[in-house]
Amino acid sequence: MESTTCFHCGDDCGNHTITFQNKSFCCNGCKTVFEIFNENDLTCYYDLQNSPGAIPKEIEGKYDFLSQENIIEKLTEFRSESIEIATLYIPHIHCSSCIWILENLNKLNPNISDSQVNFGKKTVRVTYNSEKTDLKSVVLLLSSIGYEPYISLNDFKSGKKHINRTLIYKLGVAGFGFGNIMFLSFPEYFEVNEYWLEQYKPMFRWLMFALSVPIVFYSAQDYFISAFKGLKAKLLNIDVPIALGVSVLFIRSTIEIMFDLGSGFFDSLAGLVFFLLVGKFFQKKTYDFLSFERDYKSYFPIAITKVEKDGNENSIQVYDIKKGDRLLIRNEELIPVDGILINGKAKIDYSFVTGESQTVSKQSGDKLFAGGKQTAGIIELEALKSVEQSYLTQLWSNDVFNKDKEDGFINITNNISKHFTITILTIAIIATSFWLFTDSSKAMNVFTAVLIIACPCAIALSAPFTFGNLLRIFGKLKFYLKNASVIEQLAQINTIIFDKTGTITSNKSSNAEYDGQSLSESENLVLKNSLRGSNHPLSRTLYNILEENNIVTLDGFKEHIGKGIEAKHNNINLKIGSASFVGKPEETSILNTTVHISSNEVYKGRYTFYNSYRKGVSKLFNQLKKQFDLVILSGDNEGELENLRKLLPAKTKLIFNQKPEDKLEFIKYHQSEGAKVLMIGDGLNDAGALAQSEVGIAISEDVNVFSPACDAILDALKFKELYQYIKASKAGIKIIKWSFMLSFIYNIIGLYFAVTGQLAPVIAAILMPLSSISIVVFTTVCTNILGRKLK
Amino acid sequence: MSVIYILLTVSVIVGVAFFFIFIAAVKSGQYDDNYTPSVRMLFEDELVKSKTKKSTDTKTD
Repeated sequence: MESTTCFHCGDDCGNHTITFQNKSFCCNGCKTVFEIFNENDLTCYYDLQNSPGAIPKEIEGKYDFLSQENIIEKLTEFRSESIEIATLYIPHIHCSSCIWILENLNKLNPNISDSQVNFGKKTVRVTYNSEKTDLKSVVLLLSSIGYEPYISLNDFKSGKKHINRTLIYKLGVAGFGFGNIMFLSFPEYFEVNEYWLEQYKPMFRWLMFALSVPIVFYSAQDYFISAFKGLKAKLLNIDVPIALGVSVLFIRSTIEIMFDLGSGFFDSLAGLVFFLLVGKFFQKKTYDFLSFERDYKSYFPIAITKVEKDGNENSIQVYDIKKGDRLLIRNEELIPVDGILINGKAKIDYSFVTGESQTVSKQSGDKLFAGGKQTAGIIELEALKSVEQSYLTQLWSNDVFNKDKEDGFINITNNISKHFTITILTIAIIATSFWLFTDSSKAMNVFTAVLIIACPCAIALSAPFTFGNLLRIFGKLKFYLKNASVIEQLAQINTIIFDKTGTITSNKSSNAEYDGQSLSESENLVLKNSLRGSNHPLSRTLYNILEENNIVTLDGFKEHIGKGIEAKHNNINLKIGSASFVGKPEETSILNTTVHISSNEVYKGRYTFYNSYRKGVSKLFNQLKKQFDLVILSGDNEGELENLRKLLPAKTKLIFNQKPEDKLEFIKYHQSEGAKVLMIGDGLNDAGALAQSEVGIAISEDVNVFSPACDAILDALKFKELYQYIKASKAGIKIIKWSFMLSFIYNIIGLYFAVTGQLAPVIAAILMPLSSISIVVFTTVCTNILGRKLK
Repeated sequence: MSVIYILLTVSVIVGVAFFFIFIAAVKSGQYDDNYTPSVRMLFEDELVKSKTKKSTDTKTD
């Protein structure tokens, strides 16, 4: 039998296909969305892309806080009497159909006058008439068609975001000046002594001067600032020779045209600054839809329902929660503070915090930690702490989170610049003193010429273009880096630390093994069929593992929430669930999750669940073990110790029961012993470790979903390729070293002209762009070859 | 008076004008999202599609 896929969301329909207008749907939610679109002539949505939709979620009551004045105030970017504009982040935006439907929102709600999608950022900017509709109904409309916006505490604080466009302006100014100066200096290149050209030479030159003033004082200002900062910190960074070159070029050219000594080097000056800025621009590849700066704020809701003493329910802001407040947590809501469970059955999913997908059951009176997500019905809890003081959020008061990793890291370009600058200055001084004795009129000329020609444009361009291109190649392979310096840091790693749950194990599936008396055929049949009816995550997992069986109708089926399932078929009465439920004393020696089975009140045996490791973990570790120290740092108990021993190379260190702070301290300790640490984790509990390590990579099953603050985000499917990425980073460094060699050759040729005192503007104007362009071509070709190998 | 002064003034004015247009374009946010517009421009007609499709008459007569 062929399985049908849902017309709306593309999921497998399974056994309960809903057919409507000859189209199959996996659930009522998807069908409803189709109906909405169908009624409004919006079915084009399905023509643009096959099954583009998402299943709408239950959201009743979830967005009540959006009718509060002060919250609307913070979330909207513009408010007047009748018009409000809000930008909402929608993680589901992924194809052209999404753009189309979201920009046609006014067909569904005529009070929405305009909606505009930014695909890169996955946001939609909605303008609506606030007299006739409000933010809450807009959000509800979006949710009902499967585009639920994500509103978190983060949106609340940041307010309007300021976009920094100065680099584009600087590039524009430099490009404008460069182009015009090239035109104006053209006649000079050929040294034609034509009468009219001679006549207007001074004017052309002063025009060039005028054009280069904004280039030097505006476009190039970052280089002066950085050089000044470097010198103050007694560091000869690459910007020192650049700033030196730019200022010498400008001063010498100005003096030359002032005293009519020559045409100056304005063309080279403009070209130099322009190319350098292009390099900077190219390196600044950003992934707008990813955020590398997330802390707990992006996970937490803005508001929560508070139960007043008189029983009234009120939405209050999360920051206003005080100790002793009674809070109502609905299904699928996140617990924002540490608290004690008062009412209701809690089944908490701590996957945000620990990466562990199995839910934890809690009884009233138990302590609940912030960051967990309630998955079964409504619960009530009493807050024990405020948001900032909760167990999880406390981690963020650690200093690591305020430190900039790039501080104190000397990159490869600055490293070479130290020697380069000293060598150039030495050559300049020797050459000048030589000319002082032979022909003192030329001495000043030679001195400035050396500084001009040695201006390390090509060197400064090598790293941005190599890293910029690698960043793009990695991005295509679903390895998203925060910035270029991560590649450099990655190439220097010598220790790799892995988190266990969610990182080397996969969240989606587990393995289970059966222990005990074997079940009869008919018992197996009942087992499979009763699991089919249950929605508990363990039942789903077990159902998928067990062999196919016939579908029979059970005579009796009852699910005891938090305990297990009871099922009856013919003369078999099967109980599946916790040890106490099937009538067996709880064993404390077993650390793994178990499901016990009894048939007709006779205990049969148990299924023990083991983590299922990602494909290729063992192979990856064997590749890595030659070059790196490997450590597994897990927050879990030692239940998996034996399995891991078998799976991983013998020298891998296995450390269990690590709290978030322990992980951070562990890395700090190893760093103090000289280790360069790569931390790979996934949950918020790894956040401290990710921040402390040299490079922190977050593994994510779905990159659109949230991952903690880190330097890089790696798609879980590409986990086994990790070694390739590290190797490619190292190769990238090698490419840069080769292009340094290439630019030295250009420098030596240039220095020959400079030292012998024959540097004409036209030589500089040819040599400088030539060296820059050939470096760009060289690094681009090399990194592309490298990228092809990766695939 | 030489015509070159006029030519130079004109060329500089044209250059500066384009430069300011560029600055204005950046400021208005045109370069902030350079993917969505490329998709958006292909849409326009989708909504009228349910009505009669216009057949384009070309050289059939």
